[in-house]
Amino acid sequence: MCGIAGIIHRDADADVGSEMTRMLQSMKHRGPDSSGYALFGPPTDLVVMRFKLADANDPRDFDFKERLERHRQEVESRLSKIGASVDRVESETEYAYRATVRYEGDLKALADYVEDVPGCEVLSLGHSLEIVKDLGDAQEVSDLYGLDGFRGTHAIGHVRMATESDVDISGAHPYWAYPFSDVAVVHNGQLTNYFQWKRRLERSGHRFQSECDSEIIAVYLAEKMAEGSGLKDAMQQSLEDLDGVFTYMAVTEDSLGVAKDEMAAKPLVLYESDELVAMASEEIAIRAVLDHEIDTYDPYERQVLVWSR
Amino acid sequence: MEPVTGRRITYDARGLAEPDADVPHVSEIQNGKAVFDAGPLSIRQINLELRDLIYEQGIRDVTVQNPGAKHSLGVGILQRCRITFEGSLGYFGVGLIDGPEVQINGRVGWSVAENMMSGVVVIEKVAGSLAGAAIRGGDLVVKGNVGARTGIDQKGGTIIALGDAGSMTGFMMQRGRIVICGDAGPGLGDSMYDGTIYVAGTVKALGIDCIPGGWTDADTELLERKFRIYGLGTPPAFQKFVCGKVLYNYDNLEPSERKLVIH
Repeated sequence: MCGIAGIIHRDADADVGSEMTRMLQSMKHRGPDSSGYALFGPPTDLVVMRFKLADANDPRDFDFKERLERHRQEVESRLSKIGASVDRVESETEYAYRATVRYEGDLKALADYVEDVPGCEVLSLGHSLEIVKDLGDAQEVSDLYGLDGFRGTHAIGHVRMATESDVDISGAHPYWAYPFSDVAVVHNGQLTNYFQWKRRLERSGHRFQSECDSEIIAVYLAEKMAEGSGLKDAMQQSLEDLDGVFTYMAVTEDSLGVAKDEMAAKPLVLYESDELVAMASEEIAIRAVLDHEIDTYDPYERQVLVWSR
Repeated sequence: MEPVTGRRITYDARGLAEPDADVPHVSEIQNGKAVFDAGPLSIRQINLELRDLIYEQGIRDVTVQNPGAKHSLGVGILQRCRITFEGSLGYFGVGLIDGPEVQINGRVGWSVAENMMSGVVVIEKVAGSLAGAAIRGGDLVVKGNVGARTGIDQKGGTIIALGDAGSMTGFMMQRGRIVICGDAGPGLGDSMYDGTIYVAGTVKALGIDCIPGGWTDADTELLERKFRIYGLGTPPAFQKFVCGKVLYNYDNLEPSERKLVIH
């Protein structure tokens, strides 16, 4: 089933971390396996890199901690070698990290070099995007990563009921649109031409970290945007290129978009006001952040909607 | 020494079931009418309160305040009564009902009134997909737009939407009427077996085996009567669509006979 949610504040900053937790937690019944956030904080000159060196449910053998520490040091070393000036590397769990670096070079080269460290997966890269995802419900993940104090402008999130790929962090949403800065996707549905697109995109040099069909959307959008498309055009084209049933949300540093397939087979409820736009698989998620009576609507089939700040 | 294990995650897969919930008894009852605030109650508690009022206390007029778009409210009521929801419902609202007159002063999510046998459901705002799915009878009136697959598998009754309808409206409908006062999305009446669809606006595309139908006085009478009952004014001019009955399931052969056909 899975549940997705998004919120964008038109002008002001807000507690998007706690807002997204409330939205996702109200849809826990749609997916209790894992929860994930793509949060946009204030833009910075630094590049924020979220990465993990192991999975939450990896077996802990006897040198687990020492091995992760060696790999963390190797990541730092490689960041320096590729020309990034490391500002800080913080450990949020025993396997997930947040690094801030000063770097002007090619993000793909940076991501590829860092991910060459055993067990390393870059979850997000950008000047304001931070992807946090882990096993359990949204409240557990929020508590684990201290997301309640996260202030920002917009966010998307996902609660996952695993169907075809493993219950692990790599299979959790959101997906970063590797190697595109500050782009992420959450998806509810199934893509039936997944392998066709995966092979095509791999031949173009893109990498996939999971067996999850949803990762295709992020990489697909990344490629379209790298070719010069805007977010809305790329999403519009995806309706022609992607087969299956889907509602997905995509975010960039200043925009939030949603697309529905031609059968409108996956739910989405939308609320718009002068202050914000909120959307989710179920209206109760929107009501989790708005404590007054609201008017909502469901977009129709093949609709692509994008809001920008 | 550290344990050889990863982080363990546990969760309660029963979700919102609450099998041990009790009737909250929070209604104010006056002159045979009951009102209660659903805001602080769970889905199970709201439905238990409704059932207690209608079945145990014999109340025939219940108002539910602050339903908060919760799912599955008012389901399975098999009794003539009046239920008013002062706000919006989530998914599967007032499904499996037989007899109630339901007024919803808000919007509804997917699958409102699914499998309704008889009764009336009036929605003041919009409805999500699958409105009136598989209804056998009764009237479902939506004063705004309705989503995709409205009236899917409909087996009787009437669905009226004053706004637009999404794709595949009337998909596999078998009997009954669907009345769309606005535009209809693609795949209208796809694979319908029988029944009638009226559309006042444009139709993006007809579905397989859905064809224009001939207008009769009975169509005019039906639409005028339904519009009069629900205070909807004068019906606009409609196009009528019916089943073309050329799909495989309309040939004259039983499956066992079909095997014997030699070309």
